[in-house]
Amino acid sequence: MKGLRDLSDAARRDLVLGGLTLAVFLAVTVAFPGFAAPRSLAGLLDDTAILILLALGQMLVILARGIDLSVAANLALCGMLAALVDRAFPGLGVAVAIGIASVAGAVLGAINGLLVWKLRLPPIVVTLGTLSIYGGVIYPLSGGAWVNENEMSPAFVAFTRAGFLGLSTLSWFAIVAAIAFVLGLRYLRVARALYAAGGNPEAAACSGIDPGRMQFLAYLACGAIAGLCGYLWVAKFAVAYTDIALGFELQVIAACLIGGVAIAGGSGTALGVVIGCLFIGIIRNSLPLVGISAFWQMFINGVVIIAAVLLSARNRAHVRTILESRAA
Amino acid sequence: MTLVKLMRWESMLGLVLVAEVVLFSSLSPYFLNVDTLSDASFNFTERALIALPLALLIIAGEIDISVAAIIALASVTMGLGAAHGVGTPGLLGLGLATGLLAGCVNGALVTVGRVPSIVATIGTMTLFRGAAYAILGNRVLKEYPGSFAVFGQGYLAGPVSIELALFAVFALAFGLFLHRTRWGRAIYAIGANPVASRFAGLDVNRYKFALFALTGLFAGLAAVLLTSRLGSTRPSIAQGWELEVIGIVILGGVSVWGGKGTIMGVVLAALVFGLVTFGLGLMNIPGIVMSIFTGALLILVVAVPAWLQRR
Repeated sequence: MKGLRDLSDAARRDLVLGGLTLAVFLAVTVAFPGFAAPRSLAGLLDDTAILILLALGQMLVILARGIDLSVAANLALCGMLAALVDRAFPGLGVAVAIGIASVAGAVLGAINGLLVWKLRLPPIVVTLGTLSIYGGVIYPLSGGAWVNENEMSPAFVAFTRAGFLGLSTLSWFAIVAAIAFVLGLRYLRVARALYAAGGNPEAAACSGIDPGRMQFLAYLACGAIAGLCGYLWVAKFAVAYTDIALGFELQVIAACLIGGVAIAGGSGTALGVVIGCLFIGIIRNSLPLVGISAFWQMFINGVVIIAAVLLSARNRAHVRTILESRAA
Repeated sequence: MTLVKLMRWESMLGLVLVAEVVLFSSLSPYFLNVDTLSDASFNFTERALIALPLALLIIAGEIDISVAAIIALASVTMGLGAAHGVGTPGLLGLGLATGLLAGCVNGALVTVGRVPSIVATIGTMTLFRGAAYAILGNRVLKEYPGSFAVFGQGYLAGPVSIELALFAVFALAFGLFLHRTRWGRAIYAIGANPVASRFAGLDVNRYKFALFALTGLFAGLAAVLLTSRLGSTRPSIAQGWELEVIGIVILGGVSVWGGKGTIMGVVLAALVFGLVTFGLGLMNIPGIVMSIFTGALLILVVAVPAWLQRR
């Protein structure tokens, strides 16, 4: 039987985070048995689904030593675009709305990726700039107006709420994405190249992987996911306006950090990210039950992020250079 | 390469600034007016004050995303103090102390905890803003004494507001510190090559800790000014400012890779930012449209030299 010490660092981290999440879940359930009721769990997953999708996309970018601050603006722009198209042509159907939002998101992600890849601009500056631009474009696009539920076609709104096996479509998107990421990151050649490019770009380049191209692909995928989430968000809340998801990018990055993705690139698992998102979701949904004001949510997230990054900094210490570890 | 030198940040930003003044004064007759311009300064002085120490921090190769959250926390502390009858000098002290303490937490996480600064300060950003929400919920604190309004609403002389005067004084002080003292040189050295700096006998961690503390202190100062100007505290105060302040610093030509940048550039960038905000407002263009321009400017400012250098 394998002991805890034989596991890889990543697996051990996932195990600890999973255990902690499970412990919180059990503690809340013992006190409030209703928390584990199927309906309550389905609601929790529905609430967390968009965060899971966005965090998985963001993880790809961080793995490739980038960061994408523009995801929330991308989401808002693509969501508005999907809503406007639906308002103008109500008969097009949900598949078209999803297609438009995802392709538009992929284009926005590709812009980020090209600037980082071809001009070698710092990812944080590029995506800070595109965050402003994408967010700003929504206004002239929509004329500053809202698109409300009564202007959307019924199918457009109903799609995310429709149930299958007791879970919403939105939840199924997250479940399918989570499974695809766990398997894909493990078995796909391009995913292994992504880890290699993020872990050691020079070595990756020597073995025939273009680290810049991997960054581009990561931004492309992250953008497409953000675009898709744009449709999902607008349909879930049945409203599109300029400020939707404002500031959500930092929550998404925070979820990645809780999930154990290293900001230095090349390290992190899809399972960890999903558990990290579920942890946030469980805390958020249990606060009202426990009688703590929902306003504590952010504070608790902050404590968890800092604890997580402090622990991972300590675990990393033994692979540091001689010079750095001696100075500690 | 001479083209690159000709197109130094500071001269480019200066040109942008002149173009802005010409454009806005030709578009609106109300623009070139001392009182109007004095009003306009409130658009950027608080953010620009944080941009000064943050520029030093980024030149030293670190970053602080938590500045806006520190403002929120400091504002909440002051609001609670005011509700318990603390006077104006005490409130000033509370705001500055909260900022300094928060900056020290960041500094400790990065130097002692050895957490990458972007990660550490995303964590503390969530923590500080979260604390503000946890303490305040959806309440508003506005029981500030009348004399507290002086910091954000008072004028030093004529049209020169206290905020603007503070910014001018600190811009000069930071410029002299960074460009004329050996500590300033050390900050460049640390940003350019921290390992070599350590071999050269610089206590890199001590510098970094001090810069985080300084950035926190100035976020506290900005909190005093902003709270005093608004006269109220909500937990959402200064939401989104972190990215705007970082935007000013980068627009000012400070390299996010560390080791490069000037205070002159940051000051010019703050003016460009403030004038764009104000000028477009004067022309009834919503702030969100303006963000298209600032975003594009931000990318252009780093893309143009990168593109020139590749040729």
